[in-house]
This record gives sequence, C-alpha cells and structure tokens, in this order.
Amino acid sequence: MSAPLLEVTDLVVEYPGKGFRAKPFQALKGVSIDIQPGETVGLVGESGSGKTTLGRAVLGLAPVTGGSITYDGKEIGHLSRSQRRALSSEIQVVFQDPYSSLNPSMTIEQILIEPLTVRGVASGEARQRVATLLEQVGLPVDARSRLPREFSGGQRQRVAIARALALDPKLIVCDEPVSALDLSTQARVLDLFIEIQERTGVAYLFISHDLAVVRHISHRVAVMYHGEIVESGEGDQVTARPQHPYTQRLFMAAPVPDPDQQEERRVARRALMTTTVEG
Amino acid sequence: MTTAVDLPTNIPTPPVKTSLMRRIVRRPIGVVSLGILIVVGIIAVIGPYIAPYDPNKASLQLVLAPPSAAHPLGADSAGRDVLSRLLVATQVSVVAALLALVTALLIGVISGLIAGYFKGWFDSVSAWFTSLVMALPGIVVLLAVRAVVGPSVWIAMFTFGILLAPAYYRLVYAAVTAVRSELYVDAAKVSGLGDGRIISRHILSVVRAPIIIQSAIIAGIAIAIQSGLEFLGLGDTSVPTWGGMLSDGFANIYKEPLLMLWPALAIGITSIALTLLANVMRDALERTVLVRRRRRRAVATATGSIAAVTTSIGAVTGSLDVDAASAPVIRHDDDVRAAARAGDTILQVRDLHVGYGQDDGSTLEVVHGVSLDIRKGEVHGLIGESGSGKTQTAFAVLGLLPRGGHITGGSIDFEGVRLDQASEKDYTAIRGRRIGYIPQEPMSNLDPSFTIGSQLVEPLRKSLGLSKKDATDKALSLLERVGIPNPKRTFAAYPHEVSGGMAQRVLIAGAVSTDPDLIIADEPTTALDVTVQAEVLDLLRDLQAERHMALLLVTHNFGVVADLCDRVSVMQQGLIVETGPVRAIFGHAEHPYTRSLLGAILDEGPARPPLGTLLTKGGAR
Repeated sequence: MSAPLLEVTDLVVEYPGKGFRAKPFQALKGVSIDIQPGETVGLVGESGSGKTTLGRAVLGLAPVTGGSITYDGKEIGHLSRSQRRALSSEIQVVFQDPYSSLNPSMTIEQILIEPLTVRGVASGEARQRVATLLEQVGLPVDARSRLPREFSGGQRQRVAIARALALDPKLIVCDEPVSALDLSTQARVLDLFIEIQERTGVAYLFISHDLAVVRHISHRVAVMYHGEIVESGEGDQVTARPQHPYTQRLFMAAPVPDPDQQEERRVARRALMTTTVEG
Repeated sequence: MTTAVDLPTNIPTPPVKTSLMRRIVRRPIGVVSLGILIVVGIIAVIGPYIAPYDPNKASLQLVLAPPSAAHPLGADSAGRDVLSRLLVATQVSVVAALLALVTALLIGVISGLIAGYFKGWFDSVSAWFTSLVMALPGIVVLLAVRAVVGPSVWIAMFTFGILLAPAYYRLVYAAVTAVRSELYVDAAKVSGLGDGRIISRHILSVVRAPIIIQSAIIAGIAIAIQSGLEFLGLGDTSVPTWGGMLSDGFANIYKEPLLMLWPALAIGITSIALTLLANVMRDALERTVLVRRRRRRAVATATGSIAAVTTSIGAVTGSLDVDAASAPVIRHDDDVRAAARAGDTILQVRDLHVGYGQDDGSTLEVVHGVSLDIRKGEVHGLIGESGSGKTQTAFAVLGLLPRGGHITGGSIDFEGVRLDQASEKDYTAIRGRRIGYIPQEPMSNLDPSFTIGSQLVEPLRKSLGLSKKDATDKALSLLERVGIPNPKRTFAAYPHEVSGGMAQRVLIAGAVSTDPDLIIADEPTTALDVTVQAEVLDLLRDLQAERHMALLLVTHNFGVVADLCDRVSVMQQGLIVETGPVRAIFGHAEHPYTRSLLGAILDEGPARPPLGTLLTKGGAR
C-alpha cells in the first residue's frame, strides 16, 4: 500500500486542569491511526472517549502535547497559525451541529465564497465554483442567496459539505456529521459522502457514536474508549464481530430494529454483562 | 410523497432583512427622537454660522435683558446674547460628548475584541485594568485631572471616555467569548481565514447591535456629565457650553428665571432623545435576535421543534393534498402478544388538532387530527421524524404545549377526565400524580440550585402528603430501585455532580414515585450514550412490568421501539399514518412512509469493503 495521507503516532492531548496546580486532563493518551488517500476511517466511541479531540487535533484546533501528526510526510502537529492556513486547502471539516456551524447572518453564497476569496480566487470564478458546489451536494442554485435558517438540518449539512469541498481538500474530518439528522436524511447524506468520495478521491476521518453509521461508510474502523484506541480493523470485522470487550458491549447495546432479534440481543447482552462482571 | 424529510427547495423566501433604520422609523418614538437628534446635529454643525451675535460679546446695557425682538431669548448676566450662546454651545457640548463616546468606543471595543478572541495575558491584564477603572470614583478622577492639566473641556471628556470604556469592554468581551465557541468560527479557522478576517466577518457582526444601543445610552450619559462638570464650574469658562449657561442661569435664578430654561431644555431633550432612541433600537434589534434564538433552541432540543414545523409547513400544506389528509389510518389487527394486553383503554385521543397562534392572528396547525388509544399496562411507541408532531401530541396530553400552542379541536380522555378541557387546576391533580413525565434532556429538567434529594422529596410530600421522613425514605428506596449505586450520596448531590445517565435515572425515579397509571417519555434515551441507553431501557422495561404502568414512548429510534414497545403508531406531518402491534409494523408495514423509514435504517446494510479492493478495481488515483 502507498504511503498514508495522514499518520497520527502516539498522540497525546492535554488540557490544563481546573484550579491552581491541578493535574492536566489527558483527553488523548497516545493514539495512533493512519488514513490512506481516498479511504474512510471510522472513529467510534461514546461521549468523553476523545474521538472529537482527535479530530480537532488533526484540524489544529486542539493542543498537541506529545506524539506526532504527519500529513503527506510533513509534521503538522505544531504549526503556526499562518502555516496552518496554508493547509486549509488540504484538510477540511464538517461539524456535527448544522445549526451552529453556519454563520446565521451570512447567505449561503457568502459562506461558500469565503474560503475561496481567502485563496485569492477571482470573484467571477468563485461564483461559478459556488454553483458547481451546490450542484454537487444536491442543492438548487437559487439556494445561494438564502440564509441558513431557511433550510432544514439535512440541507444545512449539505451546505457545510459544500463549504468543505470548496478548496478541493484531500482529507475531510467529519465530526458526527449525521447525528443531528433524521433517519432518512441521515441515509441520504451518508450516500452523498460516499458518492463524493468515489468521484473526488477525498479521504474521510469519520467520527461517530453510531456503529451502524460508521459501518455504512468506513473502510476501516477504530474504536476509542477513555482516550485510547481499544480496537481497530476492517469495517465489517469491527462492527459485526468485535473482539475487544468494550466494542462488544457497544455492539450489544445498540438496539436492533426488530423486536425478536432485539429480544435475543438483550438476553445475550445481559449474559455478556454478567460474565464480564464475574470475570 | 415517499420521504417528506428534506424540504422542497422552493420555499418562498420570507422577508428577512429590514434595515435597522426602517424598523426605527416605523415606531413613533423612534421618529421623534431621531428627528430631535438630527436637528441637534444640524445645529451643532451650522450653529456658529447662524448665531446672530458673537457669543462672547458682552454688553453692559443688556445685562439680564428680557427677551426682545433683537434678542429673542434675552441676554445673560454678562449681557451676552442667549440665543447665540445656545447655538454655539450646542457644537461644543455635542463634540465634547462625541469625544468621550469615541474614546470609550475605541478603547473598549478594541480591547474587548482582543481579550475575548485571543484570551491569554492580554485578557488577564485588561480584566485587572477594567476592575480598577470601575472601582475609581469618576468625578474624583476628573477633578484630579483638572487640577493637574488645567481646565479643558476636551481633556476632561477624553478622561471621561477612558472611564466609560469598561462599559463597552465588558459588553464586547461577553459577546465575543460566546461567539468564539460557535462552530462556524472553528470552520472559518479551518477554511484558512486570518484572525483579522474572522473578527471582522464573523465576530463584529454579532457585537454590532449591542454596541449601537450602548452608544446611544453612553452619549446621553456623556452629555449629562459634561453639563454637570460645566455647571460646577470645572470646565473652561471661555467656551460657551450648555452646562456653563445653566450655571449662569442658576446664579441669577431670582432675577431672571428664564435664563435657566433654555440650557436645561437643550440638555434634557437631547439626553431623553438619546435614551429613547436606545430603547427603540433595542426593541428593534434584540427582539429579532430573541426570536431567532428561541427558534434555534426549539430545533436543537427537538422538544416541540417549532422551527422545523413552521419552516416546513409552507411546503407541507402545499404538497399534502386532501386525499392524503383524509386517507384512513392503516390499522393492523392485534397479534397474540398485543391482544394479551388488550384491556381497558386508559388514554383515548380523538381527532386531536394542535395549533400555534401566529403574529398575524392566524393559527398554524401542526397536528391535524390524531386519534390514539393507550391501553392499561402497555408500551405504546409514537415514532416519527422531526416536525411530525409526535412531541406536540405528547405535550398536548400533558397540557404542556409551548407558548402560543393550544388544542384547536378533538378530545383527550384520560380515564373519564377530559384533558383537552381541563384547567391548570384540574391538571395539578393529574400531572405528576397519575401521569408521569420523563423528558429528553435530563440535565435541563433538574433545577441546578437544589439537591437531587429535595427535588424528589418535595413532589412526594405535596402529592402524596407524606411526612418529610417518609418521603426521604421513599426517595432513597426509589433511587436504589432505579439502579443508582450510592443512593445516599446522589440524594445529597446537586444535578451538576452526576452524569447524564444518572440524571435520567433520577428523573425516572421521580416520574414513577407517585405510582402513576401512565408515563409519557419524550425521547428518554436520545441524549444518552448507547451503552447507557441500553441500561435505561432495561430499567424502563422492568419498572413498567413491575408497576403495570402504561407508557407512551415518543421516539425517532426504531431500535428503541423494537426493544420496548407493544404497539406502535407512526406519525408523519401531524397525522398518524399507520398503527398496530410492533411485529406487524416491523414485519409487514403497508404505508409507504413507514416503509421508507424502515428502509433508511442502516443496521441491516453490508459494511463497506476495505479500500484495497476498491483501489485495484478503480485503478490508481
């Protein structure tokens, strides 16, 4: 296999503790992960597991205390703001909350043009690009003059995806991008992600708490627990035949949308809980 | 319409942006105060040119002269023409106030932006400096400055501007720290925007409105203080000012009382106009902000989700044809399991309509005629996507519709009590006693300023009439029953000291504490992690079986429905489209909407194969 696009090695992220001389809080305790070009790596975990922190560290929004993050062979863990800006056309982001990730007072066009003008794209060309982007994410061209609040959650998330795509990045960090969406919207937005990946060859670091979502989109999956990766491997193996006890618990806890199968799973989960308690 | 989730994209664009100016002018007070300020502004500019006499030219014949044709406002104690002095003084007073305002604005806004955005050492230093300035008595500082540099209107007002700067600093600082954590600011950073651009594009736009309002208030204060200083004789007596004229008039109040009137009017009217303008602007600017925030919260918490409803309704009423609205609900017959529970009906909802009063007097209907039966001891799932009206239906039963919402038709019958006609007083006998409620967001449903124990004990004492000791014992045993490891410690803890899962257990304990016949649970596990969700679902199932309560479970999660429910009703756009035993719905759903929902479930699908296979197939990239 070719050299990884992104390689995270023994990453440690610490936040200062609250109070005088308090011990710093370790959000990540030595995490290693790699992403190939064009690949989706799913990152699963519950709240507080550090999955979002890992995404923010890759984006340069969380302080790197130890370890390294290399992108395309270059260390990007400790860049200055101006060096970081140069990376904006390489690494992009789609956040979870489609309501707070778009500035409510800017029109869709202003939102999408912003990263382009920073790159010095001429305004005529940028407008052209906005039309293409809207088309790519399945929004009508007349959406450009509207404000975010005129759109539903799924449509806003499409705008956020269009913004991430504006600079033709090679890697997009997706932080729970479909968690706030309704079920059928969720499925369609996920398919949009896959379609864009197949067309442009972009790689995703796909963060989610939902094993089913991650299974649907990821080539490989890593499971995080308390700031560490406890299990990683091919998507099907991790999400259907997990090895680590924590992943098994996660797997068994998700209710199956079938009353009879769920009854069986419930029994199995309770059995698993008692054995782990005894063991 | 198979999937009514994403909106049709041709929503009519509502009138969004009305300029601030237009909104101010629409209000009478706004017009008047703005008009006065414009007149004052014009006089400030042209005053010296239209003044009929030299304002400092004294004439012994005219000392305290009454108004006359040549001197319409008379002359002062030095025989100077009052009208000329008033016109020229306007310029001095207004410019002096502006100087204070601009000084405060520049220092306060810039330092507030820097401290709020970058934090770090500048934040600490400016916090100290602000506290220091605010602790200093302003008038003493002004006196001290005058003593050192001599009488000067300009230096005094510059100093005053520095003293006023914290008012801006704190305002801007608070706004910036709030915006800074918004995701769109993070997204802008990732997009490669420089700090200057982020501040000007994303942050200044948020603080602009409060700054404008604050400026009108501060300008009023500056004019009053400036006049006060002059009145006390602390200013420069060679320059005519409103305060100086007032002082002169005051000295001669018994000889020529009219002298006081003119400067007092000028000061009073200008200050009042500024304050009223500030009020009008606040109404115009902040009301819109408030509405927007309320809408967003409604969406974010998904309780009520009014925003989703209101935005989608335009599309819905258009596309939902009469056939769909009057189409019969698909009902599946009871299977063996459901029939086992088929007993008395505890809650009977018939043709329920819920509407929200709009600003223009019309009513926006969000539930269009829902009929629902809940049997004693059954778990009934109400499933649908956001904006389907499922939460509205549940809240209508609880009598807890958000502001503006009311039942516009149909009936709700709870064991012979007509809840749709019940008064607040009737409800107190039912809600929290015979009908329990488990909310979606456990944390926001516990009062942060009381211990968990007191929040459990109080309702027990009120509704069951238990003594304090009995209620405490009962609360402790309930906490133990809902699986809290150390009930005593949780009892004494405040809500912020427990996790979300624990808080939800506490609320479940609270809901079952009065042995209700029916519990309404609104997305009770949505905010929880999946492993915690499994435990909470187990708890709900055990409690329900043990106490034979009926449970109305509002959710969007089919897994939760499969885990817990006996019967299910599927809601779409304010209507129930399909209802029946859980196995019938999962096994052979008939309505296209139910099918599309079931089809969207990801669990069944195959996993994506590893990348390698794709690469060899698709060639090199």
